[in-house]
Amino acid sequence: MTKWLFSLLWLCAVPVQALTIVDDRGVAVELARPPQRIVSLLPSLTEMVCELHACDRLVGVDSYSNWPAAVQKLPHVGGLEDANIEVIVSLRPDVVLLSASSRALARLKGLGLKVVALEPKTQADVQRVLRQVGQVLQVPDAPALWTRIDQGVNAAARSLPAALRGTTVYFEVDGGPYAASESSFIGEMLTRLGAANVVPGALGPFPKLNPEFVVRADPQVIMISDRHAQALQDRPGWSRIRAIRDGRVCLFTPAQGDVLVRPGPRMAEAAQLMAQCLQGRLKGKGP
Amino acid sequence: MSAARIGAAPGLGLLLLAATALLCIGGVAVGSLGWEPLWGRAGGASSILWEIRLPRTLGAWLAGALLGLAGAIAQGLFRNPLADPYLLGSATGASFGVALLLVAVGMSPVSASGWAAHLGLTGAAFVGAVLAVLLTLALAKGVQQTLRLLLAGVVVGMVFGALAALVMFLAPDIMRSMQAFLLGTTAFLGWPGVALLGLVFVPSLAVALALSRALDALSLGESTAMSLGVALTPVRIVLVGAMALATGAAVAQVGLIAFIGLVAPHLVRAAVKPTHRWLLPLAALAGGVLLLGADVLARGLLAPQELPVGVLTAVLGGGYLIWLMHRRPM
Repeated sequence: MTKWLFSLLWLCAVPVQALTIVDDRGVAVELARPPQRIVSLLPSLTEMVCELHACDRLVGVDSYSNWPAAVQKLPHVGGLEDANIEVIVSLRPDVVLLSASSRALARLKGLGLKVVALEPKTQADVQRVLRQVGQVLQVPDAPALWTRIDQGVNAAARSLPAALRGTTVYFEVDGGPYAASESSFIGEMLTRLGAANVVPGALGPFPKLNPEFVVRADPQVIMISDRHAQALQDRPGWSRIRAIRDGRVCLFTPAQGDVLVRPGPRMAEAAQLMAQCLQGRLKGKGP
Repeated sequence: MSAARIGAAPGLGLLLLAATALLCIGGVAVGSLGWEPLWGRAGGASSILWEIRLPRTLGAWLAGALLGLAGAIAQGLFRNPLADPYLLGSATGASFGVALLLVAVGMSPVSASGWAAHLGLTGAAFVGAVLAVLLTLALAKGVQQTLRLLLAGVVVGMVFGALAALVMFLAPDIMRSMQAFLLGTTAFLGWPGVALLGLVFVPSLAVALALSRALDALSLGESTAMSLGVALTPVRIVLVGAMALATGAAVAQVGLIAFIGLVAPHLVRAAVKPTHRWLLPLAALAGGVLLLGADVLARGLLAPQELPVGVLTAVLGGGYLIWLMHRRPM
């Protein structure tokens, strides 16, 4: 009788060992054992996997994943819209990490692959997704890593002289001009640094603005992550903006731009870049 | 003043001029906070008016006028009410030219400033537009066969569009600059752009008006036109040149803005039945009113956010055409 009971308990225990992750679609994904072959289709997820010391488990990444250096040697399998299904399947991944909006999702699932859709968009998302990625990898480091990131951001905020708090900032992500508002990931970072974003969050995270709006807001600092934006002094009326008159324009390099716009584990670095920009220690070639 | 006494065409002209004047007032009064007149205020306000709203308003009107004029020329020249700079492939040709130029100069924030950039973009768009129209005409073997001409125009437009997409694929750096261009935008029109549009508009309109009798004759058929003493080949070359220049200049400054070249002449013809002497300037006026109206709406509706102006022209112009077709079955 006790033998039977033990067998029954054993049967119950096996499914408990298999890990179930509820991803950002609300779908429960079951992983029988810690995945050893991982494909990541989002740069921020790639960075999280590597920061959780599992870079060696990645067998393929999307075309935009370029950090850390180790992932540059991996097969690049396309972007959000043009992921190469055949290449991904041929890599025989145990799990594919991707964005919920990825077009590849349904196709990969249909082909019998395990897909975990994660959507880091805000700082709170980064904390949550980091924990989920830690669960997928079945490593315990995620909470400690988040604490380190969080402290890094706070340290960058503390490094700013009190006089710079309240500096008005315009952050442009695209020459449209599309701005990063208070409600975007970038805007959250500016808020934590004590800077005042001139674009209110009510307009949505990345609104397309009337350029006149920026001229009238007259920001003290301009940050630009799109190096191909139209020259600022060539824009009608922009030469009057304080930031341009005072030369307080930061034209970030593409690598710096990646750090700033990706909601991933390099948030502390992003905070430092912004802090340096606000202090005028990071001058691009601009305006 | 009744329309009967001053004639239908001049009456429509006056109406469109009045609409232009109203929209110009709207154009300088609608800013990043919606309706917000700034005149009579001192300091920064007047420079916003002068440096941003006025050039943007005039530029949008001029670009629309150029597109309307190009559409009227195309429809007269090819004796085809569907001919428009887009259907003949010249607009996509212009965008291919711009894409190539962006790659050639290595689009960077520093290189794309001032007069050189404006002139270079216009030149590249002009060359692309001329090439595309010539290719369309060669494919269509002349303008006699309506169906063949339209088919050739669609094919050339597709091919040049695909080539522009290929250039973007090979040089992803220009993707963002091109994207703004493909959607069409009036947001960054400044005085250099306005001056350039004006410099192109005056001679294009003058040339078209000088040849308006030839266009009238052409509408009666080629043999009739020849018997009336119209030298077909030089007239065609000059008019295709004027059309491509007008399209190229507009496309280089505001990007691919759809529908105005097609709709503006139809709008005029639906109201009056003018000869080309009146049709050409009226179509230009109508095009200007349409694009400026769309620009004011694009700025005002969601201020301080902006709608893509090309979306609004398609909705306004397309909506009008749908209503027209519904009212009068063709």
